Parts: sequence; structure tokens; C-alpha cells
Amino acid sequence: MAYHLVVLVKQVPDTKRITGEAMREDGTVNRAALPAIFNPEDLHALELALELRDRYGGRVTVISMGPPQACEVLRDSLERGADDAILLTDRRAAASDTLATSYILSCAIRTVARQTPVDLVLCGRQAIDGDTAQVPPQTAEKLGWPQITYVESVEEVAGRRLRAKRNTGAGWERVEGPLPCLVTVTDGGPHPRPASAKRIMAVKRARCRAEIAQAVAAEMPAATPEAQKAEVEKRAAALQARGFLIKQWTLDDIQADLAWCGRDGSPTKVKRIQSVILKGSGFKKIEATGDAIATMVHELIEDHTIG
Amino acid sequence: MIEANRQGDVWVVAEQNDGELHDVGLELLSKGRKLATELGVHLTAVVMGAKVDAHAKKLVQYGADRVLAAEHELLAHYQTQPFAKVVIGLLAQHRPQIVLFGATPVGRDLAPRVASALRAGLTADCTDLDIGEHTEPGSNHKYEKLLYQIRPAFGGNIIATIVNPERWPQMATVREGVMPMLEPDTSRRGEIVLMRPELTAEDAVLNVLESVHAEKRVNLKGSRTIVAGGAGVGSKENFRLLWDLANAMGGAVGASRAAVDSGWIHKDHQVGQTGVTVRPALYVAVGISGAVQHRAGMSEAKKIVAINTDPNAPIFGVAHYGIVGDLNRVIPMMIDAIKKRV
Repeated sequence: MAYHLVVLVKQVPDTKRITGEAMREDGTVNRAALPAIFNPEDLHALELALELRDRYGGRVTVISMGPPQACEVLRDSLERGADDAILLTDRRAAASDTLATSYILSCAIRTVARQTPVDLVLCGRQAIDGDTAQVPPQTAEKLGWPQITYVESVEEVAGRRLRAKRNTGAGWERVEGPLPCLVTVTDGGPHPRPASAKRIMAVKRARCRAEIAQAVAAEMPAATPEAQKAEVEKRAAALQARGFLIKQWTLDDIQADLAWCGRDGSPTKVKRIQSVILKGSGFKKIEATGDAIATMVHELIEDHTIG
Repeated sequence: MIEANRQGDVWVVAEQNDGELHDVGLELLSKGRKLATELGVHLTAVVMGAKVDAHAKKLVQYGADRVLAAEHELLAHYQTQPFAKVVIGLLAQHRPQIVLFGATPVGRDLAPRVASALRAGLTADCTDLDIGEHTEPGSNHKYEKLLYQIRPAFGGNIIATIVNPERWPQMATVREGVMPMLEPDTSRRGEIVLMRPELTAEDAVLNVLESVHAEKRVNLKGSRTIVAGGAGVGSKENFRLLWDLANAMGGAVGASRAAVDSGWIHKDHQVGQTGVTVRPALYVAVGISGAVQHRAGMSEAKKIVAINTDPNAPIFGVAHYGIVGDLNRVIPMMIDAIKKRV
């Protein structure tokens, strides 16, 4: 039995490589100064989806919500073996909190499912820019589907039942649930396969419409808007014919109710952002000598820190 | 959506796993107590399980004015949907103004499911909570006594304060170990409401086939002193010295992610954003450079001693005592000094 697997992926700033330059004076983060990467746990979700497709047959559709640059992670997904990729991009989706994001993603999954019913949605447990882990359970709730979080492996999919092993933090459990459902995958999930050289050659030309428009604007700055538009259409049609046009959807394409999207659709508001300041009050430098260290230990015993 | 109830109570959803009450619920009661007092409302705890009356009594001793104790055999072992159904039903019925969950694997699975169903805001992994006013930019509408939900973001590089002005209840998950627990007061009296929620087998959509509890190898949260090592320790053999120092002080051994990833010590020992958050009396950081992800898990220690060969390591920025030197020389001197005490 073949399955339609949808993977939700996110392009994130590499927060592990944050440096002084990435922080502005006002304490906000300059995202442009950070390299953008494939959210690490989403790669494990993608790998699990690819393995299930290889085992049982079916298709893997990858969806990413973000600016046109997010096409990078979609191309990466296609290079690793995904069958189809969709970019959800719309300025009206900016400033969405986790609830609004989950609403938008659920609309996108429903739209995909209208063409081919979706059996399983896979996501990374959490994204490293926010670390909230909230979007997947909220998306499952919006779809009215069961959720299985912190999955490390799927033992079997048989008919309309799935059996998975999940990490509970205090051990692990094996659970069985119905399809369709949503699973979140941790970094304990299967190791992501590298992109195949053959697929890289095939996929490297894949673009979404917004990227084509950017390229056309850069290459034909003197052309009229109409001429640019015609060129975009021409290039898009050429890519489409070869199967290299990455689908690009707006909130209208997924029939999202704008009241539930973006800033208006987000109950939570950021009131203040502060950069982390090292505090260390009353710092004492201790020489690496027996006497100085004995004095320090003595102080720690005196103030009941030790003992 | 439920209508905002500006006079609603403060709620803590206390977690129990297979008969054991989780510490984070008790930690949240101490913070919830303060918030409720400031708002002039009551503090309610919710606990769900097959048999929870003993937990309910304990929650009163830790500060709850009222405990809603939901007992049902389908709540014996955690799974998302039946638990979410019970919480959603209680929230719609009682309309509290604030609902707090522990940011445990269970809390982070349950709270977003509940918040989504109520279309309410939810902030993840808070490290602090406060009450304050807020003026909404644009409308200039002023709100009194909102919950400030304070959390690290961007890998711990920034601290964000989040508010939820309209779509209540104001919900947050709160990290374990960041709120100090109150001493229980056995003479405290509170109302305990035992209830049997309406659940059917269809609510439990998952079958839990097997559940294995793997005890953590170390109780870092409960240790008064922690000796932790990072990449600078250099080898598994050198970690031996850290164990010796910890033993001399009756403490535990912790580690940074770099040391865990190098295979020198088990993941259960990891302190920091992806490990545990600790607030011991003494934290000795050995060969730990002090990346924000690590500092997020230990900067609340009362005293921090940093030992590092690099005088510019960021760890010295949070330390109370800093020793620039080789751990193979410094640690034996410390052990020696501790053994010679009194």
C-alpha cells in the first residue's frame, strides 16, 4: 500500500553560530548576519518520510513556509529524494506566532490533500530559532488528527495503522495509532541521507516563481514591468515543462482566512527583546597556586557553599 | 475561543507520571502563588490520573487553594487526546486567566494541543513570569495586569517578553528547575474537587504497546554541588579528575554538550539548553568555554567557579571565581584543600 507523506520543513538562522555581529545594539538579532540552514530535526523527519516511501511506495511532498529564500531547503529536500515541493510565501503571513503558523500550515495540508489524500505528516520536533515545539501539535489539532511527538523510528505502517517508538524523556514507549496522523521526529531519528549527485544535477535548476522574478529583475533592469512579467512566465513555463518549477502558494491559494493569519491572527505579542548580558558580579581571579586555591576553597566552606 | 475572564484564577496543570507527581508542578505552584496574590485571585491546580487523591493533598500543601482532581482509568498513562479533552473542558467551564504547564515532554505535547483548540496564545519554555501593564502599539489600548511570559529565544542569545492581551487564557509552559519550590505546609487547607471526566475508549486513539522507564543516571537538579566538564577537559580519562572532585564535595558530575558529543560522558549529565537547567549552590565549570546554550542551564547557580586555560573564555563573564590554568594541576589542589578543611 502506497502512502502520501507530507514533510513540513523550515529554513532557520544557524543559532549555534551566533556571534557579536549578529546582535544589534538594541538587542535584536540581525538575521542577515547568520547563515541560513535546514532546521536540523526537519532533516530527520524528511529522512523518515523517504525511508517509509522507499519501503511502502507512495510520494513525499515537502512544504516550507517562509520568504522566497526558503526555496533553498526545498531544493535540498528534492536533492535528497523528495517528489514534490511547495513554498508557502505571503507577506500577510509575516509576524505569525505559532498558532497562526499552525493554522496556515493546516490550510496548506488540506489543500495538498484535496489533490491526493495525505496519510502522514512529519515534522522536526522543534526549530532551532524558537525552540518552541508548538507548531506540530497545534497543526495536528487544527487538522483534527492524532499527534505522536518525539518519534525516533516508525516500526511499521500496516494498512491504516502506524507503529512508532517515541522518546518520552524519561525512557521510551512504543505506540500504535491510526492514519492519518502527525508525527514529530527528534534528532534520535534516522540519519539524513546525503543528496545524490544525480539528483543535484537534475534539481539545481529548480526555482519558484519569486526566485525567477528576482533573477529577471536583476538581468533585465531596463525592461518594462510587462516585459519582465512575460519573461518570468516564459521561464516558469520552461521549468514547469521539465518538472523543475517549485510550486509557490499564497494564503489565497490555500483558502486561508486572513483573520487567523499574520499579526492579526496571533494572540501572542512580543513586548520586549533583550540581548543576554553576562552578569558575573563580584568576580575574583584566583591564581593557579596551592595557596590561592586553598583560600578560595576556605571561603566557599565559610559561606556554606561547600558542605 | 473562550471569552477573556479578567477576574479568573491562576491555574497550574500539575503533571503526574504513572503515580509520581512531577516536581515542576510544585515549582509552578510557588510562582503561581505569587501571581495569584498579586492579582487578588485564587490558585487552582489540576491533576489527572487513575488515582490522584494523594497528589491533590500534596498540591494543597505546596500552595494550591483548590485542586481539580480528575480520575479516570483512561488517564492512567499519558497520551495526548484524553488529557487534552479534560483540560479543554475544564478551561471552557471555569475560564481561568492564566494557565501554566511544565515545559516537560508531556507539557510540551499537551499545552499546544489545548491552546490550539481554544485558539489561545501560548508561550513555550518560560524561565520567568511576572505581572505588568502593556500598551498595544497601534491601537494604544492599555492593558493592566497582563502576564509577562519571559523566555530565551534564538538559541538563548536573546530574552523575549511575550504578552497575550486578548485571546485568553494566557498560557505558558515553564522550564523545569527555574522556579524555586516552596517548603510544603502540612497544615494548609484547600478545597479538593474530585471528579470523573466523561471519557470513552474512542478518546484514547493511541495504543501504548510498551512503556519503558529509563532512570536517569544522575540527579543533577537535586545536587547542591556540580562539577561540570566541557571540550577543554580533552578526554574521558581527564574526566576522572572531575568525578574525584565531585566525590570530595558530595556532588554530581555535569557536562556541556561538547563533552557529551565527544562521548566522554552520558547525555543524562548534560547541562544547558538541550540538557537540564540547574541552580546548585556551587557549579564548578572545567574546560567549558561558556556558550550561551550552556550558560542558559547554569547561570543561576549561587556560586560559579570557572577553570579554563583560555583567559578570554566567556564562562569567566558569569563566574564568581576564575582560575586560568590546567585542570590537571588545579583540580588536585582543590581536592587537597577540601580534604584538609576544618
